[in-house]
Amino acid sequence: MIKILKEGLHTSIQDLGRIGYRNYGIPVSGAMDIEAAKLSNLILGNEETDAVMEITLLGPKLQFYNDTQIAISGADFSPAKNGFPVEMNTCIEIQKDDIIEFGSRKYGVRTYLAILGGFRTEQMFGSRSFYVGITKKEKISSGDELLFKTKKTSGFAAEVQLNFNNSYFKKQTLMVDKGPEFDLLNDGQKQRLFAEVFTLGMNNRMAYQLKENLPNDLNPIISSTVLPGTVQLTPSGKLIILMRDCPTTGGYPRVLQLTEPSINRLAQKMQHEKVKFTF
Amino acid sequence: MPSFSPSYKPFGKSAILIEWPPEMNDNILKDILSFQQKIKDNNIEGIIETIQSIHSLTVVYESNNISYHFLKQQLKNIYDEDTDKQPSVNYLWKIPVCYDYKFGLDLKEISIGKRLPVEKIIELHTRAIYLVYSIGFLPGFLYLGGLDERLYFDRKSAPRLKIPKGAVAIGGMQTGIYPNESPGGWQIIGNTPVSFFNKTKVVPCFAKPGDKIQFIRIPFEKYKQIQLEILSKRYTLKKEVVDD
Repeated sequence: MIKILKEGLHTSIQDLGRIGYRNYGIPVSGAMDIEAAKLSNLILGNEETDAVMEITLLGPKLQFYNDTQIAISGADFSPAKNGFPVEMNTCIEIQKDDIIEFGSRKYGVRTYLAILGGFRTEQMFGSRSFYVGITKKEKISSGDELLFKTKKTSGFAAEVQLNFNNSYFKKQTLMVDKGPEFDLLNDGQKQRLFAEVFTLGMNNRMAYQLKENLPNDLNPIISSTVLPGTVQLTPSGKLIILMRDCPTTGGYPRVLQLTEPSINRLAQKMQHEKVKFTF
Repeated sequence: MPSFSPSYKPFGKSAILIEWPPEMNDNILKDILSFQQKIKDNNIEGIIETIQSIHSLTVVYESNNISYHFLKQQLKNIYDEDTDKQPSVNYLWKIPVCYDYKFGLDLKEISIGKRLPVEKIIELHTRAIYLVYSIGFLPGFLYLGGLDERLYFDRKSAPRLKIPKGAVAIGGMQTGIYPNESPGGWQIIGNTPVSFFNKTKVVPCFAKPGDKIQFIRIPFEKYKQIQLEILSKRYTLKKEVVDD
């Protein structure tokens, strides 16, 4: 078991999300940066579907009640064990009473802490991903105790050290495909969409808003399916990039669709950072 | 034989969007639902999920397992197949709603805006039979068609931060029920004690697209009574088989 001594800014349990329940209006959810979440599991020899802890900007302080192994991948928030720095992207041996905490941010927005065998929080509709109204908790709070599967270490993971290329945290470009309503845009709007460097505005697990507007006179559409990575254009010209916790339907024209790697890349960016769309 | 010719386009790198004409139309809905069922029955390897919406079907697939063009052709073939399968049984659900002012926060505003007495608003709202077009947006939120034109009313210019669970509301040309407490901009006219989303059930929504809904006006005492019956699991929602 793990005790949460300090909760951090927004800490939650995530896996690869709820697949197959969107016809009930249940969002997919799941790790914002799926690539980083998978990597943390891979290092420990876990299943890639095992639940991990998603940590946002300000990390939590955790105490372990059992021996285990963990791995941390994604953003670098200077993780430390009992006050001493530990490596990212490697297997970290944990003994009973060890404390893991995080310090200053070096790069990225979200980091993933995988634990041997995965977290064992409640499973709803085939997933442990936190989502308000589906799981009891929306985020982890101080004092919570989390179960994980206590299993003997395989010895396999202890040898793994990954050379991790962190250049994707810095890249501005987001790869996109045309969205279903892309062709309703006029040539000038299409051109601007790809020429402009956009600034990220308010964001959360549901969506990222862009600060620059794209003037348009498109009418709202009849509500239709939207996906994580769908870029919506509102009547006031706001561009909204939907993320993992997005509703299953939307009523604004869907002008672009981010590729899966670009959703992961965007998940590592924060307000005021710049992005540029490209085919 | 199917009577529409839906269009196909890629929706990102791992989904196909199949679209019918953009309208709330019960023949389109029947066509979409029967197509969705045929896709399921065909059990195509590589399809992750089909997501039904008012006038579209989104097929999410494993792009490393199956190509867009191959899947599109398979889907087209399936669409053209005749089916001898009986469509699933649909129900008309009778939903108890209390329209008292303590719940119907915006009844007076609509009454003034539409120049209709509150009693008339309630009469029009309970007389109509609504068709469930889709479940989406929030867990358990039903897209309903069939609101009387006289009740079309714009959403609030500033959404409320908290709308209670069970709120029955009007937003533009639609009426709906908030399945859980959430922010929202629709005009609230009443409240139902019935839960439209039950996360402890394998099938969390009792209603499905193709079903129908009618609102039954109840006084506050009855509302309280049903609430207690639901809590003690003694309540059964009234339903009739729809035959058409």
